[in-house]
Amino acid sequence: MKRVLIIGATSAIAEATARLFAKRGDALFLAARGAERLQAIADDLHVRSAAPAETAAFDATDFASHAALIHQAEAALGGLDVVLIAHGTLPDQKACEASFDLALRELEVNALSFISLLTHVANRFERQGSGTIAVISSVAGDRGRQSNYVYGSAKAAVSTFLGGLRNRLQPAGVHVLTIKPGFVDTPMTRDFPKGALWASPETIARGIDKAIRKRRDVIYLPWFWRPVMRLIRELPEPIFKKLRL
Amino acid sequence: MTRRYHSWGRYPRIRQRVVRLWARHDPLPLQGLDDLSLLPFGNGRSYGDSCLNDGGALIDVRGLDRFIAFDPSTGILRCEAGVLLAEILEVAVPKGWFIPATPGTQLATVGGAIANDVHGKAHHRDGTFGRHVRCFELLRSDGTRLICSPTENSEWYAATIGGLGLTGVILWAELALKPIANPYIDAETIKCGSLDEFFAVSRESDQGYEYTVAWLDCTARGRKLGRALFNRGNHAPADLADKPRAPRRGHTVPITPPVSLVNGLSLRAFNTLYYHHQRARRQRAIVHYVPFFYPLDALLEWNRIYGPRGFFQYQCVLPAPDGEAAVREVLDRIAASGEGSFLAVIKMFGDLRSPGILSFPRMGVTLAVDFPNRGARTLALMAGLDGVVRAAGGRVYPAKDARMSAESFVRYYPQWRELVPYVDPRFSSSFWRRVTEAA
Repeated sequence: MKRVLIIGATSAIAEATARLFAKRGDALFLAARGAERLQAIADDLHVRSAAPAETAAFDATDFASHAALIHQAEAALGGLDVVLIAHGTLPDQKACEASFDLALRELEVNALSFISLLTHVANRFERQGSGTIAVISSVAGDRGRQSNYVYGSAKAAVSTFLGGLRNRLQPAGVHVLTIKPGFVDTPMTRDFPKGALWASPETIARGIDKAIRKRRDVIYLPWFWRPVMRLIRELPEPIFKKLRL
Repeated sequence: MTRRYHSWGRYPRIRQRVVRLWARHDPLPLQGLDDLSLLPFGNGRSYGDSCLNDGGALIDVRGLDRFIAFDPSTGILRCEAGVLLAEILEVAVPKGWFIPATPGTQLATVGGAIANDVHGKAHHRDGTFGRHVRCFELLRSDGTRLICSPTENSEWYAATIGGLGLTGVILWAELALKPIANPYIDAETIKCGSLDEFFAVSRESDQGYEYTVAWLDCTARGRKLGRALFNRGNHAPADLADKPRAPRRGHTVPITPPVSLVNGLSLRAFNTLYYHHQRARRQRAIVHYVPFFYPLDALLEWNRIYGPRGFFQYQCVLPAPDGEAAVREVLDRIAASGEGSFLAVIKMFGDLRSPGILSFPRMGVTLAVDFPNRGARTLALMAGLDGVVRAAGGRVYPAKDARMSAESFVRYYPQWRELVPYVDPRFSSSFWRRVTEAA
C-alpha cells in the first residue's frame, strides 16, 4: 500500500490512474478545484477500493496555499510515498496571441504552479530520502509549434525543471517521473476531431502506473510518441519553421 | 483508440454527430447541435438501429462511469449510467453480491440495460433488469432532472424502463443486487435431441434452477428439429470443495474479414460438431460465473466475424400456450433457408411482469438467432418470420432489430402510444423513426 497525493484529481488521466491505485489498495488524497466533481470521484474510488479517499480544494494559482495542501495530505495519510501532479488547462492559442494577460494566466496554471508544488514536494522527499514525484507534462513541450506554443512553453518549463530535479534528487533516492502523453481523448480536448493517434485516459493511466512501479525517468504515452517526437525535435529549424504544425 | 459508433450488428452504417457527457452534474452538451435530434449511446451493445440516430446526434454517456455508493450489507448499489455491468460485478462479487437478470454480455452499460429492459437466463425467476432498478435520475433536453422510482414520477419510471433511450438521458441508477456465496455456478448441460425434449427439460428445470437457457442447432431439421444443449445452473453453495480458476482476459477478433466467415458450410459443420462435442447426455460441473453467463465476451468484438456487411439478430417471443407450434414453424423456416448461425438460443420466459411500458419479455418461449447480412434474402426470411410471430401474438425485440416494419411494430407493441407523451421532444432514433413515422 502506498500513500498517494493526486493534484488535479478531476482530470481524466488522474481519475483513471487513481482507479488503478485504489484497486491495489493505496491510500489516496485527492486535490482539485470543483468540489462537486471531486466528491463524485472520491465516492467512486471509495466503492472501488476499501478505504475512503480524502479530498481538499486546490487552486493552482494560489501559490501561497500549496505548502499547506501538501502538509494536509501528509498529515491525513500519515506520510507520503507518491505525488502525482496532473492539473492543467489547454490554452486557446489564438486568444493568448492577442492577450499577454491570458498567456500569463496560462503560464501560471501550467508552469508556475507546477514549479511551486514541486519545490515543496522535492524538499520534503529529499529530507525523507524516498518518494516518487510523477508529473504530467506533454509532448507539446518538446518543440514549439505555431498551433500551441504557449501550452508548449509551459510544458517545456515543466519538463526541464523536472530534469534538473531528477538530477538533484538522484542521490537522495527520490524518483522523479516525467510523463509526456500525446493526444488523449478527454474533456480537455473535447473540441478536437479524433483520429488514430488518440489514446484513452485508461491507456495513459496504465502507462503511468507501470512507470511509477519501474521507476522510469521520462516516458512517452503511448510509446510511439518517443520516436515521433525524436523526429520532430531533429528536424532542422530552417525546414521546421516552414511547416504548418 | 477512439470509439467508433456503430451498433453491435455493424448494420446499418450511418452518419451521425457525437457529443460526450462526462459528468452527471453537467448540462447536456448541446452547443453547436442546432435542432439535431438526440439519442443517448452507451457501449453499443444493441444489435440494430435502436442505439443509432441517422442524421442526428448521439450523446455518448460512457464518461458517466462512476460508482456513487454501495452498501455491502444490503446489496444496494448506486452508480452512473455509463458503468458497465462488468465493472459492477468486479466490485460486487467479492463482497457476495450479483446482478439479478443479467443479460448475456457484461459489456452493456447500466443505462443501456434499463433503456432496453434487458433479460437473461434468470427471467423465469428474476424477470427483467428493470424489476431490480430501485430508482434513477433522468435528464431531459430542457434541463429538467427527474428522480424516478415506482413511487416517485412513476409514469416516467415506467416509460424509461424499456423506453429505448427516448425519454431522456439516464444519469445514474440504484440497483438491488442479489446475494451469492461465491463466484461459482453449479452448472449442468443436458443434450436434448428434439424440440419436445427441450420443452420437457425446460419445464422440469424452471422449478429447481435459477438459470436456464439452451443453445440450439438451427441447421437441424425433421426429427432433429430444435435439438439443443440445455444449460441450467444455480449459484454454488458456500461450502465448495474445489474452486475453478477465474478466466483470463479474452482474445479480440483483430480485424474485420472482407467476407463473412459464417456461411452454409461452416454453419452446418460448426453446429453438428458443437452438438456432438458433449458425449454424455448430462454433464455437471462447478464453473466460474464469467464463462457461464458471458461465454461470448471471451472473444472480444466477435461481431467482426460476419464481415463488413454485418449481421442481424432476430429475437422473438411466442406466448404460451400456443407458442410451441409457432416455434416449430420459425425453426423450420430458418433451417430450410440455410441461413442462421453458430449462435441460436432458446429459453422459456416466466410470468413476472416488467414495470416498463415497452418492455419486450412476456410469458412464453423466446428464440434468438443471428443471421449474416446477405441483403434481400435475409430481409425476406425475417419478414416471413414476422408473419409467423404476428399470427401467434408474439413480438420481436427492438434492442436487436434493424428492420422490422412499422406495421409489425404496432402489432407487437399496441401500447406504444402510451410511451409517446414521455418521449423527449428533442430525442429520436433510427429505430423509432422507422417504426412510428409511417404509422
